[in-house]
Amino acid sequence: MSNTLSLSEPSVADLSVSDRLRKKASRHMKERVIESLLFLAAAMSVLTTIGIIYILVKESYVFFQMVPLSDFLFDTQWTPLFDDAHYGIMVLLSGTITSSVVALLVALPLGTIIAIYLSEFAGFKTREIAKPFLELLGGVPTIVYGYFALTFVAPLLQKIYPDLPGFSLLSAGLVMGIMIIPYVSSLSEDAMRAVPMSLREGSYAMGATRLQTALRVVMPAATSGIASAYILGISRAVGETMILAVAAGMQPNLTFNPLESGATITSYIVQVALGDLPHGSIGYQTIFAAGLTLLLITLAFNLLGFWLRKKYREVY
Amino acid sequence: MDANVTPVPVTPTLKADVRDLDFYYGSFHALKKVTMPVYERKATALIGPSGCGKSTLLRCFNRMHDLYPGNRYEGGGIVLHPDNTNLLAHGVDPIEVRMRISMVFQKPNPFPKSIFENVAYSLRVRGLRNKSELDDRVEAALKGAALWKEVSGRLSELGANLSGGQQQRLCIARALASDPELILFDEPTSALDPIATASIEELITELKEKVTILIVTHNMQQAARISDYTAYMYLGEMIEFGITDQLFIKPQKKQTEDYITGRFG
Ligand SMILES: Nc1ncnc2c1ncn2[C@@H]1O[C@H](COP(=O)(O)OP(=O)(O)OP(=O)(O)O)[C@@H](O)[C@H]1O
Ligand SMILES: [Mg+2]
Repeated sequence: MSNTLSLSEPSVADLSVSDRLRKKASRHMKERVIESLLFLAAAMSVLTTIGIIYILVKESYVFFQMVPLSDFLFDTQWTPLFDDAHYGIMVLLSGTITSSVVALLVALPLGTIIAIYLSEFAGFKTREIAKPFLELLGGVPTIVYGYFALTFVAPLLQKIYPDLPGFSLLSAGLVMGIMIIPYVSSLSEDAMRAVPMSLREGSYAMGATRLQTALRVVMPAATSGIASAYILGISRAVGETMILAVAAGMQPNLTFNPLESGATITSYIVQVALGDLPHGSIGYQTIFAAGLTLLLITLAFNLLGFWLRKKYREVY
Repeated sequence: MDANVTPVPVTPTLKADVRDLDFYYGSFHALKKVTMPVYERKATALIGPSGCGKSTLLRCFNRMHDLYPGNRYEGGGIVLHPDNTNLLAHGVDPIEVRMRISMVFQKPNPFPKSIFENVAYSLRVRGLRNKSELDDRVEAALKGAALWKEVSGRLSELGANLSGGQQQRLCIARALASDPELILFDEPTSALDPIATASIEELITELKEKVTILIVTHNMQQAARISDYTAYMYLGEMIEFGITDQLFIKPQKKQTEDYITGRFG
């Protein structure tokens, strides 16, 4: 080290030992504080999750003491508020499944096509313009989508198919699909753009076209990310509430026909939670059992996603 | 050369020639009036210090530069023989070019597919569907790349499961499968250990009996070992082209001599 340097500012060696220690101690303190804060933030989310599961399981336990599990799973009616009460979750589940399938039939293909286009075909400018619009689509409050389904899409569909009821799983599902597109497209696009250029170059060098490269090399290489995007899309569809509450009708209906109206697990939960059922009544207790079912479905898909990600870990 | 049944022509046939080629990355002038021949069924090595434009020149041959915006070819172009097609002419489809001229990259880049599908790729993109023909040609390509013995029992495994040297031979098999006229190699052994390097070098020496080879290398011993012709480039210019033995033993230009004797570069 040159002398001129140590003249202008003291080097580490010039500081007294205690100075250096103090500096270290204060840095240590600061790191400890930040570390604790980070831990707290992480712990908070874990605790919340545990709390939610605890309440759902506890309240569901109360429910299942009054209603046998076999009735819950196999009964074909859901009429908890009637005198002749039935608690067949299949009725709500059928609504959830039907509306989700409709939504995913829209969201997965379109989301994937948009992702392929943006990642492999669009120029820089197109992408810069298209992405904010997609994000906007994901940011629209779901209640707005609900009214869009009810007042615009349903009448439009009725022009094609006059027998369609005003409230239907089809119109709600279609709009829900539109809502989910950006979730699928943006995650899939990220996954595809993360595929290294060297793989694309390898494909082009073999004489492949852009489309062949996108479909045969980039997509397989991004499988794990695309699978995550799909799982997120499925979770969104299964958990979506407002669009269904507004546009699908809330009558429990054991059907897999999207042309009918129906209640889903989520729309049933809002309905009961907003109503004036006394706490502790069996009618009120149903929402926990329904909520637990929803949680288990979502959990199953998350585990599936986890397994897919492990199986198709990016191999490039 | 050992005595073959077919007599080796005294003057080699021209496979391609680069004529006054200029290339620009945006405003950066990367190749300056480059002229060089590529002879049929010979290996031609491109040597020169890092950044001199070896990869840039190589990637002109299969129009790889077309993938990125702002790249520009100018000047005479690259004429492919015997049909006298200028690869860089405006009307020429880069995909047609890549169907005839294949490439092996610096880092092995197998596709996320099985070993079989990796090799079959260049056939499938050409629309070949016939299963038995695919089987035959994949086998032939793997044999050509000296990989068949090692992988014949596990063609359905992922290409990425192979060792680095095997992956590179897989990439060579992939490039061979479609029977290209010319194969471009961009430092194909720089990511490999000495043993894998030796096997790739041996392979290239065998390949040039059947196909024309253009190879970029940083390793002058490698150029001397495997190539018939060598081109020395510096700062985007072609300084010297000649028969490998002559270029290494008695270079015509002072710059070449400085480079190969290690006084520079
Ligand atoms: N995409 C690019 N955009 C702009 N300039 C580039 C680009 N690629 C390469 N260059 C420049 O072009 C020149 C030639 O690069 P090239 O990659 O052909 O060198 P090279 O001889 O292959 O070097 P190396 O031996 O390190 O691989 C270099 O000056 C480099 O900085
Ligand atoms: Mg290079």
